[in-house]
This record gives sequence, C-alpha cells and structure tokens, in this order.
Amino acid sequence: MSKFKKGEGKEMPAISTASLPDIVFMLLFFFMVTTTMREIEELNPANPPHATQIRKMEQKSLVANIYIGIPPKWKQDILGNNNPRVQLNGQDFSTQEISSPGDEINPIIQEFIEEFKATKTQDEIPQLICSIKVDENATMGTVTAVKNELRKNHFLKINYTTTKDDD
Amino acid sequence: MASKRRGLPEINAGSMADIAFLLLIFFLVTTTMEVDSGILRKLPPWPEKDVETPEIHKKNIFVVLINKNDKILSGIGSATKKVEVYKNGNISSSLKDDIKKFVNNKGDVNGDGVFDNRPGSDMNSSDSPQEAVVSLQNAKKTKYKTYILVQNELTKAYNELRNEKSILEYGKEFGLLDSDKQNTIKNYYPMNISEADIKKEEDE
Repeated sequence: MSKFKKGEGKEMPAISTASLPDIVFMLLFFFMVTTTMREIEELNPANPPHATQIRKMEQKSLVANIYIGIPPKWKQDILGNNNPRVQLNGQDFSTQEISSPGDEINPIIQEFIEEFKATKTQDEIPQLICSIKVDENATMGTVTAVKNELRKNHFLKINYTTTKDDD
Repeated sequence: MASKRRGLPEINAGSMADIAFLLLIFFLVTTTMEVDSGILRKLPPWPEKDVETPEIHKKNIFVVLINKNDKILSGIGSATKKVEVYKNGNISSSLKDDIKKFVNNKGDVNGDGVFDNRPGSDMNSSDSPQEAVVSLQNAKKTKYKTYILVQNELTKAYNELRNEKSILEYGKEFGLLDSDKQNTIKNYYPMNISEADIKKEEDE
C-alpha cells in the first residue's frame, strides 16, 4: 500500500571514501605550512600574566627568548628554594649566576646575546628584540637583574610576553 | 583484457588515509598557533661612567611605587595616593586617569619657566607632555603580575592620549595613520618611563 515500502530491493549505496585521503592531505598541508616548531623546551613552565594593550611580534626570527619561571616541585627539593630560574637556550640559571654587580658584564648573558647576534646580518641587528616570558608569580628582583644585564650589553628593545585579555 | 593480465597489480591505496592521518596528528600536536605577543618597551641605556644624569624637576615626575606586598602608591613628585587593586585582578582606573591628567597638564609649554596659567592646568604638575616622566619603582619582592598590571595601565594611558590627539588632528585613529604622522604624535607624547632612581631637584 505504502509508496515508501521498506526493503524494496534497493539498498543505500555505500559512500565512496576515495576522496578521504585528499581531504586529509589538504588538512595536513595546512598544518604543515602554519606550524612553527617549538624550538626549545621550557624547563620551568612560565604562565605569563594577562594584559590588554599588547602588540604582536612580527618577525619571529629577530626575537631572542628568555624564560623566567618558578621551578617545579621536584626541582625545588633539589635546589632547596623556589626562587625563579632564568632560562637561556636549553639551560637554566639562578638569579645570582646571571647577574653581576655594578658595571661588570655577566659572561653568561653576554655569551647568549653574542651567540644570537652572530646569526643575524648587520641590517637586522638594530631590529632585534628580546622577548622575556615571565611567570606571573615570579618576583621583580630576577626580572630587573635580567633587564640590567641586557642594558649593559646595549640590547634595549624588549617585549614582556603576556596573553591577550579582552576588556 | 590483455592489458589487465600483463600490467602490474594495482597498489592498494586504502592505507594512504591512515598514513596521512598519522602525519596530520603529528603536526596537530607539534603546532603552536599562537603568535608571540606582549608589551613592547625600550630600556634606557646603561649609564656610562662620569656622565651626570640630568636633573628633573619634581613636578615633572609622576611616581608609581609598587612595594613588596604588591600595594601600589602613586602621585606627582612623591607617591602618596593609594591605588586600589580589586579582588578580580583589575586595577582602579584612577591610576590611568591621573597619568593622563599629569601628562596633559601643559603648565609651561613654551619652557620659559613661568606658569602659563591655562584653565584646567595645575602649577604643581607637568610642564609639557614632552617633559613629563613616569617613574616606575618596585621592590625586589614585587610580583611580576602586579608590575605588568601597572605597565598595562601606563601603556593604556599613553595609547588613549595618542589616539585622542590623532582624532583631533587628523580625524583618524592612531593605528590607521601612516608612520610619519604616527611619529609626529609619538614625539608629542613620548613615553618617558624611568625605572631607575631619578635625582629630584628640590624646590627652592
């Protein structure tokens, strides 16, 4: 009776999955192009504070990264304190190790900056920026020490990494 | 049907999707989409030996002091007024408003040392936007979070001043101007932030 009788011989045709690899490849290429590999692992994960008046960093190749974070629990037990640690490339240091008194230039930070500058051309050097990613609970004593060492090395453009926060 | 018999057996492409998925997942995991962003600052050069730092008159310095307990004090010449930080982490807008008022005071724009007595300007506040300095002082134990909160308010104050000037002069927002005009406004409202101790010239 019914016009739409079930099981009238015809079955739903199987959906062709032939185009699935194409779709996946398309996604793959998108991620391959947009991806930027994490160059260095953060030894002391830093959770930067929020801010509203932020600017984007345009050229990543011109940016030197310094991380300041609170060491994780197991590391605090070894170090015996929870003072912030300063990470340059793949190694972290205490505040005392990277700061020198008075006009003395600290060799560790100097080496870090010289190494970074060596890979850049003469035209790029004035545009170099140092991005400091600091944990929101770190104390200013460490941050000021790093800033003073950068000033001694005539590296004056800096960026305080913050996360976007809409007001 | 001759060709079918002689040709190579067709390679099964069924696993192609799996391989592509595997790669896709790898890139999904390693990718970091977020662009590095933050507050840009230019540090003052390290003072050379035997170079005297110029003295700045008290009325041209707006002091923002953050102590070791993250309490904020502000004021012209010396930090006297308490700035409230609310429980939700927001800061009272009085700091921003005070900085804007201080920078825009224009007590003595022509620099002849005589108070211009313009309506709305204060004798004990800054002479001109170019001479106004914001001095940011913090203790060693100050939390970075509070410091950034203040830096953000400072940037906001200057951004608003520059934007207001831009709309007044060119009828466009600061961000939409070409770089020449932006520099003109930046020179009018230079962001003078001092983080070191400044020598204060005492009043006669």
